[in-house]
Amino acid sequence: MTSSNPTAPRPPSVDPRCIRKRSRGFIERTLTGLARRLDRSLYAEELARADGLLQRLDPRTKIIGLLALSIATALTHQVLVILAIFTTALVLALLSRVPMRTLAFQVWLGIFLFTGPIVLPALFLTPGPVIYRLPWLGWLVTAPGARSAMYLLTRVETAATLSLLLVLCTPWSHVLKALSVLGVPAVFLMILGMTYRYIFLFLQTAHDMFEARRSRMIGVLDGPERRRLAAATVGVLLSKSLYLSNEVYLAMQSRGFRGAVYTLDDFRMRSRDGAALAGFLFLAALAVWWGR
Amino acid sequence: MHIPDGYLSPSTCAVLYVSAAPFWYVALRRVQRVMSTRLVPLLSVFAAFSFVIMMFNLPLPGGTTGHAVGVGIATVVLGPWASMLALSVALLIQALFFGDGGITAFGANAFNIAIAGSLMAYGLYRVLAGRAPLTSPRRVIAAALAGYGAINVAALLTAMEFGIQPLLFKDATGAPLYAPYPLRIAIPAMMIGHLTFAGLAELLLAGGVVAYLQRTEPSLLKRTAPDAQSSSDRGPEETAPNTGWRTTRPLWVGLAVLMILTPLGLLAAGRAWGEWSVSDFADPAIRQQIAATSLNQAPPSQVPKGLERLSSIWTAPISGYAPPFMRSAAFGYILSAMVGTGLIILLFLLFHRTARRGRTDTLENETR
Repeated sequence: MTSSNPTAPRPPSVDPRCIRKRSRGFIERTLTGLARRLDRSLYAEELARADGLLQRLDPRTKIIGLLALSIATALTHQVLVILAIFTTALVLALLSRVPMRTLAFQVWLGIFLFTGPIVLPALFLTPGPVIYRLPWLGWLVTAPGARSAMYLLTRVETAATLSLLLVLCTPWSHVLKALSVLGVPAVFLMILGMTYRYIFLFLQTAHDMFEARRSRMIGVLDGPERRRLAAATVGVLLSKSLYLSNEVYLAMQSRGFRGAVYTLDDFRMRSRDGAALAGFLFLAALAVWWGR
Repeated sequence: MHIPDGYLSPSTCAVLYVSAAPFWYVALRRVQRVMSTRLVPLLSVFAAFSFVIMMFNLPLPGGTTGHAVGVGIATVVLGPWASMLALSVALLIQALFFGDGGITAFGANAFNIAIAGSLMAYGLYRVLAGRAPLTSPRRVIAAALAGYGAINVAALLTAMEFGIQPLLFKDATGAPLYAPYPLRIAIPAMMIGHLTFAGLAELLLAGGVVAYLQRTEPSLLKRTAPDAQSSSDRGPEETAPNTGWRTTRPLWVGLAVLMILTPLGLLAAGRAWGEWSVSDFADPAIRQQIAATSLNQAPPSQVPKGLERLSSIWTAPISGYAPPFMRSAAFGYILSAMVGTGLIILLFLLFHRTARRGRTDTLENETR
């Protein structure tokens, strides 16, 4: 019974590239997005089982260590220090067998395309001494503008790389369980865990609903009709959610759930975890001191 | 809308985590009191639902599509407290596992979208929906405007958080350390996109789903409508499905009222800041006004060359909202509002028609 024992269902066998070749209606775009997200999650689960440096560490060490590096990235006032942390993240990725291609496409390119246009005007709008004049346009690049753009771009790229390393090198269930060391209450951990599972169920359901609709369509829907279809799909998903939450509740009750939440803590800190944690914290402290 | 790591300083992130914490605490207590042991499955499933609908591409007028956060519909169905918890969980999962929004910026994203958004949506919905029956078209409009208001409040807060970064956090050379734009740039840059496309997506999602639920499961709307009139109190024509003219009628009426109110603009004294014309720089009274509203900074003695050159390129046909043939300024304003609104509607219809024709042509080519 899916509702009583929720497990992440297999994602649909849809190749996003096949969908992309077709016309880009809102159904196709939504289908592509849903399929891509399922695909990425499965890939992350596969990578988390690989034999690499980060994969061998205790999840608590990884959470505290990588979070400390992220905070150091945010605290530092030197671009060089941020670049040093970024290089550390690259070395960790190589030692953990995370392909550079994955990082390039999932993090660096996406962030560059998102943050790049945002910081571009800052080059010209931030007041300060001029360091370069754009040929033809005559726009003036200022020194504080260039520094500011570098700060933002390197900071965002580094923080996102560190976050992705954690997710790619740790099974999601371990990430959630390890969050308890940060003081996240057990009831929240349970909600987070169940949410993560049901996301896949709803992604699958939404995918099936759109696919079913697309397979019955022979014409083109006009604007109001497409909006009605989108609203109806969300409405149906909402009704299903309510029904499902009721079913899950009954299933939990029948298994003796009375509101108390317990988590099994089967992690073991070994000497290498202790050494790695000390290393992460030392690097973070060094970065904060160097970049102050 | 989801702030990534690196845009906000650690202290801003910490302040927003601390600001969000009491809301999470109160929300958890309130929802737990009502839901008891149902809390865990209900929040889990709704957080998953919120996550998935954030990924939907919603078709917008003009042939484009946009993403909505779903804060409006989540609040209308769940109430503000459960909605802020469900959305916070969805945002945390997005930040942790999918890289949408930063981990250190999670407190900021939760505060802006889940907390402020839910409270704004609830307030607007309750005020605008009043005691209207569950199946009333008024509830569709109220939900739509609640979604629109909520996403724009979230965007405004985000813009303000971005905008204070360069004021507070600079390095030794004066370069901004985090988001580089001051409030005067950050706010318009964020709000233009959210007052138009993102707001429209949220408006259509909330209004569309409430209209759908009214036809299929109106009981789902009961939680945020405790004092709704019974449908049986009204005539049968008021409980009919809300489609076409009936659904949009209040919007058109609102638009007409706003047009009639446009002469209120005549009450505003002086020039709007930054909207000066070339002749204003030569008028001593207006120069004094500009200085008074610009922190006592005197305007340049000469008209800026660029302004002088560019202002002569285009002369508006109804300059200053006063057509030359109209003697009454108030009627001039109303006429300008009618012409402007008519042109916008005409433009949208034209876009809509072009986009529709384009799609039909594509289909015909594919079937050939």
